[in-house]
Amino acid sequence: MRERVAFRIDGAETTAEAGTTVAAALWNAGRLASRRSVSGAPRGPLCLMGICFECRVTIDGQRHRRGCLEAVAPGMDVSTEA
Amino acid sequence: METLQADVAVVGLGPAGIAAAVRAAEAGARVVALDEAFSSGGQIWRGYVAKPRRSPRLARRWHKRLGRLPAEACRILTRTSVVDSPAPGVLTGVNEAEVVRVEAATIVVATGARERFLPFPGWTRPGVLGVGGAQALVKSGASVKGRRVVVAGSGPLLLPVAATLARAGARVVAVLEQAPLSRIWDFAKGLGPGKLLEAALYRVAFPRAPYRPGTWITAVTGPELEVEAVTITDGRRSWSERCDLVASAYGLVPNLELPRLLGCRVEAGVLVVNEVQLTSVPEVFAAGEPTGIGGADLALVEGEIAGLAAAGRRGEALALRPRRQRLEAFARRLRETFALRPELRDLAKPETIACRCEDVPLDRLRPQWTPRQAKLYTRVGMGACQGRVCGAALEFLFGWPADTVRPPLVPVTLEALKEADS
Repeated sequence: MRERVAFRIDGAETTAEAGTTVAAALWNAGRLASRRSVSGAPRGPLCLMGICFECRVTIDGQRHRRGCLEAVAPGMDVSTEA
Repeated sequence: METLQADVAVVGLGPAGIAAAVRAAEAGARVVALDEAFSSGGQIWRGYVAKPRRSPRLARRWHKRLGRLPAEACRILTRTSVVDSPAPGVLTGVNEAEVVRVEAATIVVATGARERFLPFPGWTRPGVLGVGGAQALVKSGASVKGRRVVVAGSGPLLLPVAATLARAGARVVAVLEQAPLSRIWDFAKGLGPGKLLEAALYRVAFPRAPYRPGTWITAVTGPELEVEAVTITDGRRSWSERCDLVASAYGLVPNLELPRLLGCRVEAGVLVVNEVQLTSVPEVFAAGEPTGIGGADLALVEGEIAGLAAAGRRGEALALRPRRQRLEAFARRLRETFALRPELRDLAKPETIACRCEDVPLDRLRPQWTPRQAKLYTRVGMGACQGRVCGAALEFLFGWPADTVRPPLVPVTLEALKEADS
């Protein structure tokens, strides 16, 4: 059993197993949609390998970070548009 | 900005990149290897979050060999995207605000492949993922327990992904392969006992779900942009399957952004390389999927050849040619078996989104335009993914070549740009 990491999704405290990506953690939190398209449609990750950019979220204040390429870190602040 | 000097710079640490880095370093070259992900393995050898020991034996062996290299022989930079090549032999890598400049005598491009997504009604709904994408989702820690999933599209990847999803607790409802049964049967007949056993082991993981060649998804349906069901056809009749997760993609296409930026010649959508994996650009080698989609075994031997050749061991590199030729034959059979049927060009309706990043529907595009015209009139390909998703689709739909590239290869902050220029 790996240790659990405490972090925040849109201000709400949550935890995930160490090594989980931000995109996977959002999925586990029931957030299949993590952003909105340019015309406002809900969108979630598609490729999960850094190509499509649909998984992009704001991490620790930095926008447009691909959630599928980043592992959750203690105290991380994830904010979505969706 | 840190500057690193290397004899060999390897970009990408999937099977091809790992093999190249290992062979070059073991041959005495000073290697710097970079990958965007936070650990090595690429896609096919991506390790499980919870069960790292579940990786294939070959992956564990090569990772061990990589790990045994002393730090001076091979410096590994993960979470680093190569965004530019400002001069021959020079690569600019970015890790958030940190910039690294790699000056290398030779470069090995091992950037792998991505999935080909074809647009169809409902493909942009949350819960519709790629095939490799669904596997990556599970491997990166997501739970799919209890989800009803349809795996669809084309290629040998459908089976292992359906198995991964089933073993992770999902209910695999159906596996839909667009290639006709006759071609799948011929392909299976030509497989050796090892590969057949592998396929059988995958198949038994989802015994109650049908594997249907000659079928494909025509739409994802449900209320309010959710996934509730898919409409499936075999070309004659249509039916519906309830599901809440769709894993769909139509084969793989090489990641050619970096090699195009380096000026490497591309023919028929793949990098042209010679007998020792050298591209058309001096001192730039390429290995794995960028030279032609062919799977992990071919990627490995190409990586070995490229690494040896980059380190000056041409004779040893050439000695591996017979193995490469045998595996190339398998790659050819893959291409023939899983060629995409023309009906897939008619899935998208006029209002179906063709470019996800800029929300451009299909009916705003004119097939007679050039890609450049399409870009200028509609912004297709100008969004975050820079044409990586829509490019492959529009190439299949309209025959548009996806051949322009501009640095930075991925979005970077102004801070990183300033750093790179300093």
